[in-house]
This record gives sequence, C-alpha cells and structure tokens, in this order.
Amino acid sequence: MSDELDRLKQAFDDDAPPTPDEATRKIVIAAAMRAFVEENLNSGKGSGEPARLKNTKQSVFTLIFWRRAMKLINQHLKPYLLGGASLTLLAIAVLSTQYLQNKIPFDTDKWLSETVEERVAEAPKPGVDARKAEEYRIERSLSHQGVETQSTELAPPIERSAPRKAESVGGRIIREPKRLLEYKIAASGEAAPEQHRADLAGQSSRNTKIPRAQNPYDREPVSELMIDSFADSDAGGAIIERSAQPAPSAPPGTAAAIAGKKDVARATITRNFELNRLPSKAMGRSAAPMSDQAISQTYQDQGRDKFSDMKANATKLVAEDPVSTFSIDVDTASYAFIRASLNNNVLPQRDAVRIEEMINYFPYDYAAPNDKSEPFRTQVSLLPTPWNSATKLMHIGIQGYELPAAATPHANLVFLIDSSGSMNAANKLPLLRNSFKLLLSSLHTDDTIAIVTYAGSAGTVLEPTPVGEKSKIIAALDRLQSGGSTAGAEGIRQAYQLAEQSFDKTGVNRVILATDGDFNVGITDQQELKSFIEHKRESGIFLSVLGFGMGNYNDELMQTLAQNGNGNAAYIDSLSEARKVLVEEAGSTLFTIAKDVKIQVEFNPQTISAYRLIGYETRTLNREDFNNDKIDAGDIGAGHSVTAIYEITPLSSTNKLIDELRYQAAPQKNINKTGEYAFLKLRYKLPNSDTSTVITTPVTSAFESGDAASAPRETQFATAVAAFGQLLRGGRYTGSYTYDDVINLAQNSKGQDPFGYRTEFINLVRLAKSAAGLPPLQR
Amino acid sequence: MTSDDELAMRAAAGDAEAFQLLLEGHYDRIFRLAYRFFGNHADAEDLTQDVCLALPKKLKSFAARAQFSTWIYQVVLNACRDQVRSQSSRRTLDEAYGEVNELNKAAERETQAQVKWLYSALDSLNLQLRETAILVLAEDLTHAQAAEVLDIKEKTVSWRMHEIRKQLKVLAESSNGEFA
Repeated sequence: MSDELDRLKQAFDDDAPPTPDEATRKIVIAAAMRAFVEENLNSGKGSGEPARLKNTKQSVFTLIFWRRAMKLINQHLKPYLLGGASLTLLAIAVLSTQYLQNKIPFDTDKWLSETVEERVAEAPKPGVDARKAEEYRIERSLSHQGVETQSTELAPPIERSAPRKAESVGGRIIREPKRLLEYKIAASGEAAPEQHRADLAGQSSRNTKIPRAQNPYDREPVSELMIDSFADSDAGGAIIERSAQPAPSAPPGTAAAIAGKKDVARATITRNFELNRLPSKAMGRSAAPMSDQAISQTYQDQGRDKFSDMKANATKLVAEDPVSTFSIDVDTASYAFIRASLNNNVLPQRDAVRIEEMINYFPYDYAAPNDKSEPFRTQVSLLPTPWNSATKLMHIGIQGYELPAAATPHANLVFLIDSSGSMNAANKLPLLRNSFKLLLSSLHTDDTIAIVTYAGSAGTVLEPTPVGEKSKIIAALDRLQSGGSTAGAEGIRQAYQLAEQSFDKTGVNRVILATDGDFNVGITDQQELKSFIEHKRESGIFLSVLGFGMGNYNDELMQTLAQNGNGNAAYIDSLSEARKVLVEEAGSTLFTIAKDVKIQVEFNPQTISAYRLIGYETRTLNREDFNNDKIDAGDIGAGHSVTAIYEITPLSSTNKLIDELRYQAAPQKNINKTGEYAFLKLRYKLPNSDTSTVITTPVTSAFESGDAASAPRETQFATAVAAFGQLLRGGRYTGSYTYDDVINLAQNSKGQDPFGYRTEFINLVRLAKSAAGLPPLQR
Repeated sequence: MTSDDELAMRAAAGDAEAFQLLLEGHYDRIFRLAYRFFGNHADAEDLTQDVCLALPKKLKSFAARAQFSTWIYQVVLNACRDQVRSQSSRRTLDEAYGEVNELNKAAERETQAQVKWLYSALDSLNLQLRETAILVLAEDLTHAQAAEVLDIKEKTVSWRMHEIRKQLKVLAESSNGEFA
C-alpha cells in the first residue's frame, strides 16, 4: 500500500464518526415504524386479508376501553370530528389570506403555535371533556416553546385521539401556508425588517447546532411508547376496523401517515430556514424515487442507437453517368462503434457500417506533401478486385500535410460536455473525463480551454483557462456529475458564445462536443440544429464531435452536427481510442489544413464501362456542387490521410454487371485518351480562404498492378477493410469472398503496424465470424 | 442465513417487531456510512432519516437475494449518490444564505487539519472512487465484499483503489501541500 492510501486510512481512523444522536435516532425509527405500518396496510388492501401487525404490548386497559371508545367515537361523534376538521381548514385558509394581504412578516414559531392552538381548541369540541382539552392545549403550547414535557402519553386515549385526528388533517393543511411562508421569505429578502432577519439567522443557527430531536414539535409524537399510538394493535386494529366500514372520512391508514408527515412538514419548514438544503422530501416523496432507483440502477438502454438509413452506392454506367462527385470524410466514428459492438460479440446494425469511415480509421503510409502551400498529395493505384475477377479497384489516397509540433497554432477550445442522466455509465462520463485529461497532454500551455456542460440546463463550468493551469481544469472535469435531461441545443449555443468570446483570429477555434447524442430538451429537430450550426460555421469556429456510449447512441445527430459544423466525428469506446483520437492524432483532430475538400472523378467511357464508389454514401454531392464554393464538404486535418476506392469494370470485361445496350451507338473513340481510365479532380480551400483551388490527376494504366499481391501494401490493406465493411453490410457485391479471405489479405498487408490498429482489425474480423446478429436481451 | 437476513425476511412479510429490531441494529451503520459520505452530522442525519423512511417499501425488494448487510450498504449508497447528484442545485441555495454558511465555516475551521484534509480529499474524488474508498478504508470491507456491494468485479475495486492513490498524489502535488 502506498502512503496516500495509508494516509486516507489513518484519517478515517482518526475521525471516528460521531455517534448518531440518540433522540434523533428514536424519532427516525419511530417515523420508519409508521411508514412500515402504512406500507403494510397498503399492501394488505388487495389481498382481502389485511396484514395483521404483531402485537407487542397490550395492556388490559387498552383491550377493554380503547376499542370501545374508538367505536363510540366512530359511531356517534364522527360528524363532530369532521366538523372540527373542516373548521380548522377554514380558519387556516382565512388566516393565510390575511397574512398575504397584510404582508405581515412571519414568525414561524408564533404562527405554528397559533395554528396548533387553533386546531386544538376546535378539535375537542364534540363533547370531549373540556378540561382535558385545555390541559392538552397548554401542554402543547408549552412543549412548543421548548419546555420539556413528558406528560403527553399520560393523556387518556380518547382525548388524545380527538385532537390527533384534527391535527392530522391539519398536518396536511400545513403545506399550504408553508408555501406562503417560503414565498414571503423569498420575496422579502433584503427588504425584510432587520429583526426578522435576525430571527431567521437565530433560528437557523439553532437548528444546525441543536439536533432536530430537541425540536419540541418533533419530539411530541415520538415517545418511548411511540408504538402505542401508531403501531400498537389497538390503534392499528381500530384503523383496520374502520376501513371495513364505508367511512366518509379520510381514508383510514392515512391518518397515521399524515400524522407522520406532519413532522416532516415541520422539518421542512425549519429546514427552509436552515438553508443548507432543499426542502427535505416528505417521506412519501422520498420513498418513491428511491425505490425506483433500486430497481433501475443497472438499467441500460438497449437497441436505441440511431443511424440514418443509407443505401449502398449502386453500380453506374459510365455511358449514362460518367462523373462521380463526393466530399471527403475523415470521421472514424463508425469503425469504433463497430469495434465496440463486435467486442460484445454482436454484429453491428447495417446502417452503423460506413465503409469510408472504417477505411479512414487507419493511418496509411502515403507520400506526404513537402510544405504547407500544397496541403496534400494524391496517390492513385489500380489493382484487380479480390472478390470479383471481372473488375478492378481504383484506389485514391490523399495524404495531408503534417504540421511540425512547433508550428501548431494557438488553440482556443471549448469542451461542451453532456452531463445528462443518460451519460451515467462507465463508458460515458468517466471515460469522457479521462479522454479530455488525455487531450490536455497534447496541448501547449498557453492554449485555452473552457468547459460548458449541459443537462436540464446548460452552464459554463470553466471560463477560458490556459492549459498551464492544469489542476484547475482537471478539478473542473472531476466535478462533473451526470443527471437530468439533455438541453443539447442550449449547450451548443453557450459553447459557441464562449468560443467567440476568446476568439483567436490566427489560431484554431473549436468546440468539442462530447455526448451520446440523446438531446431531449430545447431544439431537438435535426434540421433546426443543422441550420444553427451552419450559421455558426461562418464565424470560423469549428466543431468536433466525440460520441460516447452504446445502447442509446444517436449517430444520426452526431453526423449531422459534425458534417455541417466543419468538423469531424469520432466515437470513443475506450481509453485507447481516446488516446488515438486526442493524443496521437491530436493534430488532425484539432488543426484543419484544408476545408471543403471535394473529389470529382470523370471516367473514360473508352476504357471503363461501369463504376461503383465503395462507401461515402452519406457524402455524395451533385455534379454541379463541385465548382460551387458555397457548398460545404469535409475538412482535412494536419496529417490526415483519406482513402476512396472505386470498383471499376473495364470495357473489355466479359462478365459485366450491366449489359451493353443493343440499340445505342458505341462511344466515339478518341485516340489520344485511350491510355486513361479516369480524370481525378480535387478541390479544397485553405482554412481561412473562401475560394477553392483544384488539383487534377489523370489516372492512367501506369498506376496499375497486374495482381493484388504486387499492389502497394497500403492499398491492399485498405482493400481488406473495404471488403470487411461490405461483408458487414450484407456483401451485395462481394460474391463468394469470406471473412477468412479478408483476414488473409489483411495479414499480408499488415506491415509494421506500430500501434497495433491493424492487428486489432484482424481480430475484429475473426470476431465477426462468430458474432450474433442481435444483442442478447439484458436482464 | 444470519439472523439479520431472517429478520429482514420477516419484516418484508410484514412483521413489525422484526423490522424494529432490524432498524435498531442497523441505524448506526447507516448513519456512519452517510457521515463518511458527507462529512457532516446534519447531512448524515438527513440521509439516515430518508433511508429509514424508505426502508419499509424497499424491503419488499429484498427477497434474500443478497445478504442483508450487503443489501443495506447498497440502499444507503444509492441514497447517497442521489444526494450527491442533487448537491449542485443545493449549492445555489447555499450562496443565497452566505451569512449562515460563514457560521458553518467557522465551525469547520476548528476541526483538525487532518479531518479537513480527509474530506477535501474525498470531495475531490469522483463518486465511484469516493464510495469505494469509504467501503474499503472506512468500513474495512475486503475488496471482494466491496465489489459485491458495488456490483462490480473485484479487480475493478482494486483498480479504483489504485486510481484513488494516483489522484490523491495529483491533489497533493497540485495543491502544493495546502492540505498537508
């Protein structure tokens, strides 16, 4: 063991917890006993046979007299009792309106003792011995003023029961004036007379120092004989008996409960003054949510992950549609989600598989551009399709410029963290916290970080703070707790506002949103969110989305946000993934070197008859969008590599997917271009520019390899990933290609694999062989 | 089956006597755990009250699935977690009554530096680590017992203890011995 733990242990030993206050203990146990009685009465209701309580003490006196007395009261005095109760109701209502009108500062003690007297004075009316009632009243007001009295239990049962009944009703009424009370205090604030404030302070300090037990009002109902009045067979018996009759009064059994609540109600009042807490939950209220929690503690959403529907790109005839246009996609979320799913031995749902995100998850060893002015370099290669002998694969690799560590611009980051109740899982908030801590290590000390959280409402947890003050940031992260609903849109608004506050023209301004995507308060409509984000994009603030959790993951929303906010989306399923995204690839995650990168490929009808783009379904653009600089597209970060693969059918192929048309003229031959397969155009904007630049490359047979094995290693591996993705999506075009073929291909093209990503991929393919189609039902 | 389990079963079936015995027997333990969580008497008492009042209802779900002692730990921890989660809203209330808080703080200042360090340290840990620390170090449960209460693997408990040590180290370094 270490010194820190020892020290903690030592501290625990030194600070022996104080023994609980004896009196409080009694009160609480008594109240719990009442709750127990109530609970069991309730449970007895349905069975037809009420649960009989164990008789603990039974004196001859109670056996003979109490029951009879209760019967007597029930039969003959009930109207009076009821009358007394309703009079009390009336009196309190009148009283409280008076207070409201006159705005008299409240003195709780006085008020309470008044109402108690009121009630007591009314209750015994129905023929009960007036002298006894008087005694009771005095005793009550004495005890109320803090004078210790033990005499309550000496009062004969009849007299006690009468006022108690009125009181119980009163106990319920108390709630109404209590609210008034709170209102008054809140409203009076500083305007309240000095003395009133002093009263308040006095009372509160008294209440914090003196255990509640000494609060006389609490003390009364709980004596040594507490069971005698509540849990005792007589009281209980009487209540049960009454329940058999069609009693017009308040439902039986609740009498005890209401009487019990009275303490709590009183406690609530005092504690409102006592400040340190919210109004305590009355026991009814507290019992319900707590028991719910016990049941739902391990509840996990399942199968509520949302992905947008997509259809795999179809094979297109070059003669009809010679141009293919799409935006690049540097997201990796899909691969991480698939991994998380397969690691649970479950196949991911089809729409979760975006092949381009799987391919782009891996770093590829493409030739890098030499300097910043030319942000990337393209590399094209052709090879025979492993899963179809009639076609070829055209592989386009783009390598972004890697910023030297010293040249990274100043970063102004805002972490927007979802702290709603749905984030309460080991793979969400705690993982998120640790992920952000990792990110700190890859930033400069003068970069600034702000934290905004959103749950039911959004709030700034940390104003922009330099990374140098690490402990402050870590502390803010550690304070995050999950709970409540998700006002995601409001959080996004605040995060952008903070980013604008400390906007750095020359640096990177980025909001990093971490969430499970379960927005349910405020703007939840994707179109609206999208238009908001699009609007903010123009301000130069970028957005990255980190997805967390499974079972209730809203991928659709995350994609919408990232694609429209000039950002990238990653899915964090483990700390090592967090490390990959936020440390090893921090540059590409944070620093954009080119934005709105679009690719357009024109195929040559003289050499190619059909083509199919593998993946990028969610990223296709119209042909005319390519030259339109207003159309948004994907961004590429420092050092990012992007890969796109086309499956092309040469004109000479004998086994075409689409037959040639009989009645159309054969394409005109252009002698000069027969050596070209396609013409690749790439358009991008520099981060601060609004006009685009184009790079063009003709794809000729010079890039072609005769067989798969002699193709560049990186190309082979990307092909293996593409094959795996297609198999996961149902294998529509992959013929008889199997997972084992994927494993073979990947094994041979694994290369050095310094971080083990490719080895991990091979293991995933192995897992996919045996994974189940549907997750097993939890619980 | 220990007598506690038996009592709990009887209480769940509606036996008031058994319930009272059970309460009497476990009240102190509930209070102690709550006190560790909040580090002050008032909060601990509140929580104990809440737990006791909710127990009759909760007992229905006891059903001898676990040992009663484990079960009661879970009930109390759940209540504590709820309480901690609602604390952020409580803080706003605190601010409104800053005056009285000053009184409390004065009292706090009188307590030993060691105790102060203890609860600041606990406060700095996240909820999971905090409850693990309390169960293992204050309640002297073995890692296996704590794992059962928290419904996690024993290894996770060990890992959390390791994490606690690490975080305390960071705390000690970042605060420049403020708590030393």
